[in-house]
Amino acid sequence: MTLAFNEEQRTLKDTAREFARNQSPVESFRQLRGGAVTEGFSTDIWQSMIELGWTGMTFPEAYGGFDFGYMGLAGCMEELGHTLVASPLLSSVVLSGSAILFAGTEEQKQTLLPQIVSGEKRIALACDEGFHHQPTAISATAVKEGDTFLLNGSKARVIDGLSADLFIVAVRTTGNAGDTNGISLLLLDASTPGISIEKTSLVDSRNYARLTFNNVCIPASHLLGEMHNGFAALDKALDRGRICLAAEMFGGIQEIFDRTVQYLKERKQFGVLIGTFQALQHRAAHMYTEIEMCKSILMLALDAVEKDSGNAPQLISAAKAKISETYELVSNEATQMHGGIGVTDELDIGLFLKRARMSAELLGSARFHFSRYATLEGF
Amino acid sequence: MDYKAFRQDIRAWLEANCPASMRTPAKQEEQVWGGRNIKFPSPDAKLWFERCVEKGYCVPDWPVEYGGAGFDTEQTRIFKSEMRKLGCRAPQVNLGIWMSGPAILEFGTEEQKREHLPKIARGEIRWCQGYSEPGAGSDLAGLQTRAVADGDDFIINGSKIWTSYADESDWIYCLVRTDPDAPKRDGITFLLFDMASAGVEAKPIELITGERHFCQTFFDNVRVPQKNALGVINQGWTVAKRVLEFERNMMSDLGSETGSNVEPREAALHYIGKDNNGAISDVILRDAIARHEIQKRAFDVTQQRMIDEFTNGAGNMNTALIFKYCGTEEEKRKFELLLKIMGEQGLGWRDHQHFTESELNTTIEWMGAKTHTIAGGTSEIQLNIIAKRALGLPGVLS
Repeated sequence: MTLAFNEEQRTLKDTAREFARNQSPVESFRQLRGGAVTEGFSTDIWQSMIELGWTGMTFPEAYGGFDFGYMGLAGCMEELGHTLVASPLLSSVVLSGSAILFAGTEEQKQTLLPQIVSGEKRIALACDEGFHHQPTAISATAVKEGDTFLLNGSKARVIDGLSADLFIVAVRTTGNAGDTNGISLLLLDASTPGISIEKTSLVDSRNYARLTFNNVCIPASHLLGEMHNGFAALDKALDRGRICLAAEMFGGIQEIFDRTVQYLKERKQFGVLIGTFQALQHRAAHMYTEIEMCKSILMLALDAVEKDSGNAPQLISAAKAKISETYELVSNEATQMHGGIGVTDELDIGLFLKRARMSAELLGSARFHFSRYATLEGF
Repeated sequence: MDYKAFRQDIRAWLEANCPASMRTPAKQEEQVWGGRNIKFPSPDAKLWFERCVEKGYCVPDWPVEYGGAGFDTEQTRIFKSEMRKLGCRAPQVNLGIWMSGPAILEFGTEEQKREHLPKIARGEIRWCQGYSEPGAGSDLAGLQTRAVADGDDFIINGSKIWTSYADESDWIYCLVRTDPDAPKRDGITFLLFDMASAGVEAKPIELITGERHFCQTFFDNVRVPQKNALGVINQGWTVAKRVLEFERNMMSDLGSETGSNVEPREAALHYIGKDNNGAISDVILRDAIARHEIQKRAFDVTQQRMIDEFTNGAGNMNTALIFKYCGTEEEKRKFELLLKIMGEQGLGWRDHQHFTESELNTTIEWMGAKTHTIAGGTSEIQLNIIAKRALGLPGVLS
């Protein structure tokens, strides 16, 4: 077990830190926020990430990757979280890429993974349907008739779904919503007739779409993985997404915590620095302990992912739950401790507060993951 | 050093020498406390104690000449992990092992080491701690017990409180004020003396648990040789702080050492039951159990993470500041959770007819856990330390 980044991973993380600070500071996110850019992220920044090789880190060399592992990518995600960098790393590389890697045929992998790595295609995973993340609750149906699937239903919160070239759609081919059996994955070109793609504006100002499928025809060869048995690969891909998202959230937590501690050392009231007040000192110190706990559980989960351990799923749930709760705590405290200015749009804290809630909800809230952890642990 | 072979040797020795009855968690009355009046709850406990003493295993990391086994850090870690794996009980518990011994190793003269350490290692002397006073709790450095020089001796007058097992201990390590005019931290001496000295009296205090381990200890013109000071006279605060670190480290893994072995998840299956899907049927408590386990997992690997970070060249000592606070606060939450899970069965009081031994113990430990966030520096003091050292906040009380 190794619960710390090695030298190579640290070098990469340092590069990501410099990149985030210099190329994509929070100010860049503010510019994107207006909605002038459909993608919800800067295509120039995305291109730079591709050139830095981040899109290939988690794939084997045979598919155009570098086999560098999730520990390395998570280190980058953490740094990107510090400045709220929006990019399709999570949607296209982590979620869709790993779904293809885990479920795809050799031909699908040979074709699609290099396209993800090169940025030639951006792929989005369409899984959620209801108000909450619940990947077994799939009602969208695909009925196989001859050489085609006929797809009907809808999807919600498709991350980067507004600008994707291709979707991986989790559909029900048999059974009922809630069953793990009967879920299949289909590759769907975004330009296929019968799809309606609608933007959902959410508080974190990123790219989310709702998809509606009205008798969409998909060639049978576009099945990704086994018919009816897509859930295992889907869940494993979601897990890769969950841990990378948790890493990004951990970066955001540290950023606003550091900014808040700094503020306590600058802001004066009653003629003294507010950091001298024990009421604030203790709350800040408590947050420090929670952040240390987050770091431990994150590294423990990443180590399990890296080794593909049997208990990786529950450790990922543990990390996502713990980090979601801590981001809530720290973003609330950061806002409160900044006082009036904390609730202004001018201060960045509010942007993190919004991202905190959105990312806590994405790929499973703390509640979802407590429950999943308990189920996986047998209670 | 071939650590793999070492591990095998240790395991083989433990398997051959640790009696089967010593491989279950020790209840409080089953612990062997060293001392002049050492008592063994069973013949196996005596055998296990004697075998460990012979090998120096009560204090595996102490040098051989002082009664230890001379293990290096890695060997000690392996030894402890093998003990844990087999569930071996500590052969002897003694504040000498945890606190005064390590302090003497670090600050003692050669004469002091030779006098005290082997007796601790062999369980011949039991130690207690004289820190807090009725008027000096969190503000420990404000202590008032006076030691006035008289020839080669000090004459001590004053009172200590929360001196655990003072009434059963042989020696005390005690903080006394030797210079009342110096700033409060600069006039303290760390003194070692025999509890059998004339003028020492220890009175037990009954706690909410019903236990009477804590005492108030009174010193009435107690005469102690000045050479019994550990470290420099008037600079005892340095030693005291170091011992507090030992205490906090020890307390932060209290849960794993002497704590209840009742785990909330198992308790819930028994006292609440499962639904048709095999899940604990109270979803709110189920979430709380998951939250507790996640926090415990994070806590349990934090030490390892720190070591790994140092190994990889990016360590930070500040992480260690969280252990006492996180360990004891989570322990408290765990017992509150257990009480909710157990309902009436978690609230029995000395009723052996309607409650199992384990249930009654859990109730006692729920109350006992309250002492852990107070003793050894309260949680609030820990937060002060974090605010000052890890966060660099201004004007922290200390």
